[in-house]
Amino acid sequence: MTTLVDTKKLTMVQAVTDGMRVMMKEHENVIVLGEDVGQNGGVFRATDGLVAEFGENRVIDTPLAESGIIGTSIGLAMNGFKPIAEMQFLGFIYPAFNQIMTHASRIRARTLGHFTVPMVIRAPFGAGVRAPEIHSDSVEALFTGMPGMKVVVPSNPYDAKGMLVSAIEDPDPVLFLEPMRCYRSTKMDVPEGKYNVPLGKAARLQEGNDVTIFAYGAMIEVVMKAAKSAEEKGIKCDVIDLRTLYPLDKEMIAESVQKTGRAVIVHEAPGTGGLGETIMSLINDTSFLYMKAPIERVTGFDTPVPMFALEDHYLPSADRVVQAIEKVTQF
Amino acid sequence: MEKLFPKMQIINENGEWNDETYRGEITEELTKELYTKMLRSRLFDRKGVNLQRQGRIGTYVPFEGQEASQIGSAMAMGEGDWMFPTYRDHAATMTFGHSLKTLFLYWKGRQEGCTPPEGKNIFPPAVPIASQLLHATGAAWAEKLKGTDRASIVYFGDGATSEGDFHEGLNFASVFNAPVVFFNQNNGFAISVPIEKQMKSKTIAQKAVAYEMEGVRLDGNDVFAVYFHTRTAVERARKGEGPTLIEAVTWRYGAHTTADDPSKYRNQEESVNRRETTDPILRLERFMKNENMWDEKWAADLQESLTLEIEAAVKEMEEIQSPHYNDMFDHVFAENPWPIESQKEAYAHSRGDR
Ligand SMILES: Cc1ncc(C[n+]2csc(CCOP(=O)(O)OP(=O)(O)O)c2C)c(N)n1
Repeated sequence: MTTLVDTKKLTMVQAVTDGMRVMMKEHENVIVLGEDVGQNGGVFRATDGLVAEFGENRVIDTPLAESGIIGTSIGLAMNGFKPIAEMQFLGFIYPAFNQIMTHASRIRARTLGHFTVPMVIRAPFGAGVRAPEIHSDSVEALFTGMPGMKVVVPSNPYDAKGMLVSAIEDPDPVLFLEPMRCYRSTKMDVPEGKYNVPLGKAARLQEGNDVTIFAYGAMIEVVMKAAKSAEEKGIKCDVIDLRTLYPLDKEMIAESVQKTGRAVIVHEAPGTGGLGETIMSLINDTSFLYMKAPIERVTGFDTPVPMFALEDHYLPSADRVVQAIEKVTQF
Repeated sequence: MEKLFPKMQIINENGEWNDETYRGEITEELTKELYTKMLRSRLFDRKGVNLQRQGRIGTYVPFEGQEASQIGSAMAMGEGDWMFPTYRDHAATMTFGHSLKTLFLYWKGRQEGCTPPEGKNIFPPAVPIASQLLHATGAAWAEKLKGTDRASIVYFGDGATSEGDFHEGLNFASVFNAPVVFFNQNNGFAISVPIEKQMKSKTIAQKAVAYEMEGVRLDGNDVFAVYFHTRTAVERARKGEGPTLIEAVTWRYGAHTTADDPSKYRNQEESVNRRETTDPILRLERFMKNENMWDEKWAADLQESLTLEIEAAVKEMEEIQSPHYNDMFDHVFAENPWPIESQKEAYAHSRGDR
């Protein structure tokens, strides 16, 4: 394959940095703020080098206060800026929940579009890196269930940069979730300049006619492994990386399950109230008569993410996914 | 404001008297107890860092340099009182009753690390910054409502004072006159953010003024200053005279956590320098020498026995059997509701365990 643009091999966290850099270069009003984002470059180094390039007025170390960071970002966004606010971990977003729920997500609606909040909230999330308590929460469903928020989760470096660019250009608040487990797990060719990966569009990672597997973020690696094992048993999976959790890519979801007639949904967030339920209802609405088996879900449990001595038990494994694939094919 | 809140000190960096008010109480016995506890926690802390480097525990949160603040304050608390630590306050919690094994287990990712010994009111380490200030206030308020004379102490860093929960905690405590001691360890940094960027106020103690409560600023590396001033605050709380905000000015030599590199944002020469100047253990050693309380053999024996104690705790931590996955399911509610029960069964089934 020939490429028309220059590319660099980047990890996901480097791709995120690159996405911010490209947009900050292009737009004076894009600013980055959060705890330790300046000199320290963020706890995961996602903002590394930005303060040197853009200065302390655009890459801002804030006091330690999530409600403060999001609340002031709302004011900044309503008044001409494009804040990219970093939460150190999704598990520390809770003090800001009130600001997101009661203001960021509904100012457009409350003012009939007079005031808007075009901001991005970035947050690392998910288990599997042996982090201490509360650092590993997967609570994306709190936000997909919040009217007025878009929620996206890239699973690789290319998508991360392209989707971050789209999130920054989006006229509404976007929660940009970065799976910690993917931050440094792979490197990939990423174009140097600006490009978009559109929000609201899923990606098909593998073609198959027997079962559709839906997943996102860190679970992609797990389901790809499971799909490989299934293939060895003669089962061909259509693997869909959802990428945007709100709004979901209804067309691709329907198209795929109408082809396969079987679905397995995988996420590490708790099952109850999780995205799997929303996807099941979408399949019900669009494709009920095509289905050949009840839909299976492999999810985290309705328990707090345990401390790391037990986290491997909490996380969906490729084995559990394979069992679900077999269950829907043998129905 | 700095003038209104001078940094209280009882002995200075050279181990000489600066304030003789408590001279009669500073016995050889008390001094040796404080020294022992500080050395024990320092050796524990170094072991924690080593275990993490060897991959025998997960991320560890060190406190070396802050021993006097944690131990002096914890020593001021009594039976039945409440303690609300952060992830960094192992020296305080071991002084108040946690076993070394429990502390190691926490960093090994074991839920057992959150459980206090029987009869000890020690909360699990608060990970979300400042959230624990309100719990301490609530627990203290409960003691007041129950008519006891018990108090709470809650630990937090300088960064924590920016969170809403800090202000809500102080305000509730003040309004309800709760017997709580807010114990701040000001080590100058919240990860990479120096205090000048965290707040414009020159001291943390002065924040007490807005809540009409006592504010005390003290040398957090002087274990006597910490012990006696905290004791005064606890006595006041017990008598129904309300909460106190204590700012203990200290310094942590090392990284924020073992996952962090301090040389990116602060000059580590300061730490090297402070080991010779403001170190809390060295200061006590100098004091003991000045007062003829120091005995080389005693010190060497102590070092040896503490090392053995810590090695034994590591062994216990490493010999504990792996947790069963049902620990994850069985403590979320008093009685498992059906979704958890069916998830638990399905999980066992998926493993071929049932
Ligand atoms: C609500 C919340 N936000 C962010 C974090 C991540 N974090 C952990 S420690 C820390 C800095 C805390 O600084 P300080 O309060 O001064 O205490 P220190 O760790 O220095 O003892 C941060 C930002 C967190 N644990 N909780």
